[in-house]
Amino acid sequence: MSVLNPAPLAVVEEGIPNASTQRRRPRRVQGSRPGWFVYTSLAIVLGAAIFPFYWSFLIGSGDASTIRDPNMSWLPGGNFLENAASVINDPAVNFWRALWNSIYSSALIAASVVFFSTLAGWAFAKLRFRGSKWLLVFVVATMAVPTQLGVVPLYILFSDLGWTGNIGAIIIPALTSAFGVFWMTQYLQQAVPDELIEAARVDGASSFRTFLTVGLPAARPAAAMLGLFTFVSAWNNFFWPFIVLDRNDPTLPVALSLLQSNYFVDYSIVLAGVLLSTIPLLILFVFAGKQLVSGIMAGAVKG
Amino acid sequence: MTTTATTETAPPSSPSPDPARPDRPRREPRRIAFGHRLSRWDLKLSPYLYVSPFFILFIVVGLFPIAYTAVISFMDWDLVRNSGEFIGFDQYVYVLTQPKFWIALRNTFSIFLLSSIPQLILAIFIAAMLDQNIRAKTFWRMGVLLPYVMAPVAVALIFSNMFGDKYGLVNTTLADLGIPPIMWHSDAFASHIAIATMVNFRWTGYNTLILLAAMQAIPRDYYEAAAIDGASKLRQFFAITVPSLRPTLIFVIITSTIGGLQIFDEPRMYDQYGTGGADSQWLTITLYLYDIGWGQWNFGRAAALAWILFLIILAIGIINLLVTRRVVRDEGSRGSLGRREQRAAARAARRDLRRATSSGTLADAPAPTIDTQEAAR
Repeated sequence: MSVLNPAPLAVVEEGIPNASTQRRRPRRVQGSRPGWFVYTSLAIVLGAAIFPFYWSFLIGSGDASTIRDPNMSWLPGGNFLENAASVINDPAVNFWRALWNSIYSSALIAASVVFFSTLAGWAFAKLRFRGSKWLLVFVVATMAVPTQLGVVPLYILFSDLGWTGNIGAIIIPALTSAFGVFWMTQYLQQAVPDELIEAARVDGASSFRTFLTVGLPAARPAAAMLGLFTFVSAWNNFFWPFIVLDRNDPTLPVALSLLQSNYFVDYSIVLAGVLLSTIPLLILFVFAGKQLVSGIMAGAVKG
Repeated sequence: MTTTATTETAPPSSPSPDPARPDRPRREPRRIAFGHRLSRWDLKLSPYLYVSPFFILFIVVGLFPIAYTAVISFMDWDLVRNSGEFIGFDQYVYVLTQPKFWIALRNTFSIFLLSSIPQLILAIFIAAMLDQNIRAKTFWRMGVLLPYVMAPVAVALIFSNMFGDKYGLVNTTLADLGIPPIMWHSDAFASHIAIATMVNFRWTGYNTLILLAAMQAIPRDYYEAAAIDGASKLRQFFAITVPSLRPTLIFVIITSTIGGLQIFDEPRMYDQYGTGGADSQWLTITLYLYDIGWGQWNFGRAAALAWILFLIILAIGIINLLVTRRVVRDEGSRGSLGRREQRAAARAARRDLRRATSSGTLADAPAPTIDTQEAAR
């Protein structure tokens, strides 16, 4: 990037880190297409990825006896809506409440993680201050700490506060993320040239103003990806919500787990519920799947 | 900037207005000085202000619980009084003398190995396919990632149905092939395979994309040079691609270790009771932790088990780190090489030189390249 003319537009267009290395690599000269072997293997992989979805639709659209039928048809039956309705109307599951809780808590967690991570990442990447190096090392070290380690005291803490069963108990511990800080630091380090910050300072912008006008626009692509990944992992999180949430006020995974704990397991209803709970993320995948792919390839790694 | 400010602050008490700028009011310099001091505070303090929300929250919900877990693990915690009595290492001794703990440890490692090794091999293979010059790249990449959006709980429900002992899809298919059914829910090893399959289903595509990114960072010149030297595609894959992936592989292994040893969702949902099977066939450490903490309501023991799990993960992390260090040192400073390694390097260099002079191309040894993101991690 030209140092002489650090236009903010160019910063934004820099894109995700790995995209630039991809672009740098010239397309293969010969341009030969691979043979059938590659496509066949990929088709098998794709089939394996899709099959469980189809299987749950197959069972979920049948009735309780479908699974026991030795001559089961490979075409879906007509009971899916009926089964979905019995999931939604199951008083033990509280489906709408769970859906709302999942949307609300995941969105809030994603927004908060993105905001605090961008702010801290900006400081670590572009501002000089005493102890920044050690603090960053500390952040990285905390990424390796398993969530299980703090579960017991967190539970004691929240039950002291009377918050067990409250959706806040799963939001508050997730409001920040060490990974997010690390990820934004990495990104902002290379996305914003120091000259731009100097220029803003010379022009008399305060530190916060510089962050707002220089840092935030440059951080947008990485922040969007961080938000996406945080949303997905918050949505799918099970262990802590399962411990702390009340059965009457669950998130979707907790509600799903209740489907199976009935004394009699009707798999057509269980798997209809599985599909039903996956639909929101499938919709997200249709719109943001591309971003998820490039996010992972750029290093948005989170277990 | 600093120098101009000091020259301006210097003459505020001078009796006559600045001759160079007579139209300026007198008090102007002092205001600049104040603004300057403000901006210096702004510069100095604001970084701390920016990082503090993260650290404050992390201390409250991250650091404090970890430390407090250690405290509780030395106590006999009374749930009613919500306080504990100090009893030393008793809880650790209790946990470590439980046969269930060792079964859980065995199961956890078994499931971890069954999920990580096939998954990595498969991921490398699929990534190599995706790295070809295929049509509709984005389509295939998205397809590979599709399982990632499904919640582990949902995956577990689908697969525990497919691996059903009596009417499951897998056993039905086996019966069609004339193979006797496998008792996925009573045989320990079979249940590990089933649970590992769930993990593999959800994570293979994800790791494939990470490895694909690393593959794309390998300079294409290496392949061209190898092709000129007459190396087959397969040879290129094992001599160039796989060694270049080493740092990424280590990273993937570390993250999947941290995640894999904590596995809970899949074994919890593998049957409707969620206790890890009648004979603890698929009881994992975290499942055991849940059972002690929220089944038996013994927080002292649960805390001790949490710390044991943490120490296990830490130990494996350190082993991983040592391995990583060695790999990194092999790439980097020559000075720290042992004598044998030096001789080997010299041999390799001579060979390269011979090859270079004979083939006429400058064949630099394909030193493992870390792509920039990887190095930064």
